[in-house]
Amino acid sequence: MLPAETLPAGFGALEPYLAWALPTEPERYARRLASTMAEMQAFYDTAFPLLEPALTHLDKFGLAELPEPERALLHLMQSLIMVSFPVEVWKQPRVPDSGAAYLDLVVEPRI
Amino acid sequence: MPHFAKPAEGSWTEHYPELGTAPVNYSDSIDPAYYEAERAAIFKRTWLNVGRVERLPRTGSYFTSELAAAGTSLILVRGKDGQIRAFHNICRHRGNKLVWNDYPNEETAGTCRQFTCKYHAWRYDLSGKLTFVQQEGEFFDLDKADYGLKEVACDVWEGFIFVNLNPRETLATYLGEMAKGIEGYPFGQMTEVYTYRAEVGSNWKLFIDAFAEFYHAPVLHAKQAVREEADKLLGFGFEGLHYELFGPHSMISSWGGMAPPKDPSMVKPIERVLRSGLFGPWDRPAIEGLDALPPGINPARHRAWGIDSFVIYPNFMLLIWAPGWYLTYHYWPTAVNRHLFEASLYFVPPKTARERLAQELAGVTFKEYALQDGNTLEATQTMLASRAVTEFPLNDQEILLRHLHKVTRDLVKEHADAAR
Repeated sequence: MLPAETLPAGFGALEPYLAWALPTEPERYARRLASTMAEMQAFYDTAFPLLEPALTHLDKFGLAELPEPERALLHLMQSLIMVSFPVEVWKQPRVPDSGAAYLDLVVEPRI
Repeated sequence: MPHFAKPAEGSWTEHYPELGTAPVNYSDSIDPAYYEAERAAIFKRTWLNVGRVERLPRTGSYFTSELAAAGTSLILVRGKDGQIRAFHNICRHRGNKLVWNDYPNEETAGTCRQFTCKYHAWRYDLSGKLTFVQQEGEFFDLDKADYGLKEVACDVWEGFIFVNLNPRETLATYLGEMAKGIEGYPFGQMTEVYTYRAEVGSNWKLFIDAFAEFYHAPVLHAKQAVREEADKLLGFGFEGLHYELFGPHSMISSWGGMAPPKDPSMVKPIERVLRSGLFGPWDRPAIEGLDALPPGINPARHRAWGIDSFVIYPNFMLLIWAPGWYLTYHYWPTAVNRHLFEASLYFVPPKTARERLAQELAGVTFKEYALQDGNTLEATQTMLASRAVTEFPLNDQEILLRHLHKVTRDLVKEHADAAR
């Protein structure tokens, strides 16, 4: 367990989900495929109400100069976006009817 | 009754009588001999887009481009004079591939002062001149001036780099009126890039087909919208605002009411908070050049306009979205039934986390849709190869597909006739 100051004040509820604080899309996508719906639902239910507060908090900083706790918070919100389709739409980790199709993100702006 | 006006002839297709309205034969997507003919007639002598100038920001910046369909690998490099040049990626000594990393068949990129062959250390400067030969005295009458890298025609349009192994006309002439109509769009300010790649088990034309019509959208992607919205879309079906053909190139202009939606309850919760979705971030970036669009974009000047898709023949598509960003597709054939698909999303660099996450949602949403689009193709390829059915009726909203296959057929025939 990482220490409590890993995330900015007010976002402590996300501490149990720090494994989702992943800096790249391939890592986030792989974790989504390896997770159960119950795990993603629990993460979503905690993170979604904190999305708007997170945007408000993060916008006080320049994107290029985010302190470590804010960076972790941003990565968590990127993972929230990643699980939003399974939770809000598909009710399953994979895109339905996507079979063996894949699409690798090979260039992305990293924060 | 159509929701949007069609040409006086009654349909977009009949506005171009040379297209005909008969079912289209798809043997052109399964026959290996035909694929070889396409390589010779098209990919070895047509202007091909290999990327953006932002990939070559300074002197010595380079990337390689594997052009299986044209049967070569190219080096793209920015020289000391600022000019971008293309060379065949082959050392003049004994044919070693000049620029690669670890895996000779994978593309690579970087910055260098010169190119040094891994094999015997022959060196070439950024303009392709041979500048150093290891143990030069061992050779017979070798004049370095005769052994520069083999250059390939290379030109730039609006920041897009094109190459052509055997040009018969300039890039500007080839791109013609359609491209002229887009000039001035602020592509150069949209430098925040997300690139996706997949190898797809289908003929290259089949994936262009999939993205050159939106007739499929209300059906294949029905589950992506909330239920009532999906039902409404299915009831409407799809109709383009405008279609236009320009020589080998073509475009479709489409409506798109989702950015922002009229009724926020019609979109998913995450879209409401982030103000973004498939059509991109709802709030346009604060840059010049988005208010008065070039005449070729939203040519019908329709209020409900959402997106224009331009097919720049043969294998490059450019999609310009109303909220102020663009998308490119490339389809690089590797066999009659395989191609490498690349998609890049280009946004104005975000200043805040809010803007960054709105773009993130657009990218994630794009991938969800593209996975559905891509997965139907391999099965289509297999069934076409069965030859159980060879001719397929294309409707008026599929005019760009009819055009793509006709242009290809005509070029292959013209090339074969000339060889006779």
